[in-house]
Amino acid sequence: MTEIENYLAPTTIAEATEAMAAGGVVVLAGGTDLMLQLEGKSDGTTLMNVRRVVEMQGVSVDGNRVRIGALASVSDMMSDPVIAETAPVIAETADRFASNQIRNLATIGGNICNASPAGDMIIPLMLLDADVELSRWNGGKVETRNVPLDEFFTGPGKSVMAADELLTAVSYARPAAGFVAGFDKTGPRPALEISMVSVGVAGVRSAGGLSSPRVAYGSVGPTPVRGHKVEAAIDGQTLNDDVVAAALVAADEDVSPISDVRASDWYRRHLVRVMTQEVLNNVANG
Amino acid sequence: MSQTVDITLNVNGEARQVSVAPTLSALNMVREMLDLTGAKMACGEGECGACTIIVDGQSVNSCLMFAVELDGRNVTTIEGLQSPEGLDPIQQAFVDHGAIQCGYCTPGMIMQTKQLLAEIPNPTDDQIRRGLEGNVCRCTGYTKIFDAIHDVASRTSS
Repeated sequence: MTEIENYLAPTTIAEATEAMAAGGVVVLAGGTDLMLQLEGKSDGTTLMNVRRVVEMQGVSVDGNRVRIGALASVSDMMSDPVIAETAPVIAETADRFASNQIRNLATIGGNICNASPAGDMIIPLMLLDADVELSRWNGGKVETRNVPLDEFFTGPGKSVMAADELLTAVSYARPAAGFVAGFDKTGPRPALEISMVSVGVAGVRSAGGLSSPRVAYGSVGPTPVRGHKVEAAIDGQTLNDDVVAAALVAADEDVSPISDVRASDWYRRHLVRVMTQEVLNNVANG
Repeated sequence: MSQTVDITLNVNGEARQVSVAPTLSALNMVREMLDLTGAKMACGEGECGACTIIVDGQSVNSCLMFAVELDGRNVTTIEGLQSPEGLDPIQQAFVDHGAIQCGYCTPGMIMQTKQLLAEIPNPTDDQIRRGLEGNVCRCTGYTKIFDAIHDVASRTSS
């Protein structure tokens, strides 16, 4: 651990990644997590404020894909017309995130990079099969790779992002017609809570149920997780009592919660069953 | 010796130049370097809102914001609400309704109320509750704060 001694404020991804290639860089975006993590000490000696990098700002549409710049704030998600049209579940989740003051600062990229198992904005993006865009400096130019968000996280605070890589955007394909999605989280109060459990469900409404369903959970394991077994249990099925019962058994198998200061393993499993049923019902039946 | 960063910003309508350490918080900058001690340090982790300031029209927890990020921005602190003619109507309503107990949360409450009323000029109780969700009054004097906000909303939106 060392002290931050230097400061950089690049305006392009090229400048930013070139600086990261030299090592020792701590990236600053919204700062709401970083301020508390630094506490005067850090893993690097240079603070790099990427807030002025234009290519990492705003929401844009490229053909069939929607690209959210890593610097878009959580508040931006609540007012952006492209988000409202293509994936209102992102706005719905943003509305449940922290408080007004934090939403105005916190960025989508930062919420992903922090790699918390409880990162709220990750859940709706997982429902959308989003990819994260990672950029690095290689051979005198910016090299970019896209990683499915599902494969990005490797543990609490850990991801496949290398030390010289910068998360520059997250993107998703415009969902199919009839796509519906919902999100819920639980904590002792509605605001400023790190979720005890969060649940997202999505799919295309069909025959009293969902086809091509997507289910995702937060705070139920070392990383946010997809509910693959729930998805298999409900895919294309009419959601009768038997199918829902099977889905809840599957949900219990999809999660691996721990007991911590916020909730016990037992209570989290209980919440997973109750919230899965509720969100599934809301999403499938409107 | 750490590098310091020269930043230029507009604070309460006045251009200011300061030289800050890279990790200094916006709160410590306005309090310690600009002598604007209205914004308060309480929890220091974004849970209480006592440090709320407005940056380019958006309220933020200044304890979580890096001072370097204020370069080129417009900042309003509680000191900037008052005009030569007197208190801001929100400040006056808080005084009139006694929406102050120990007073420590008051600057943050008023700045967040400013943000709320800019977005929703005549909020319902539920909208006030949502708008002030990031602000805590440990004296629990919320009823009078609601009264003050309803009063100023009716005075300014009618």
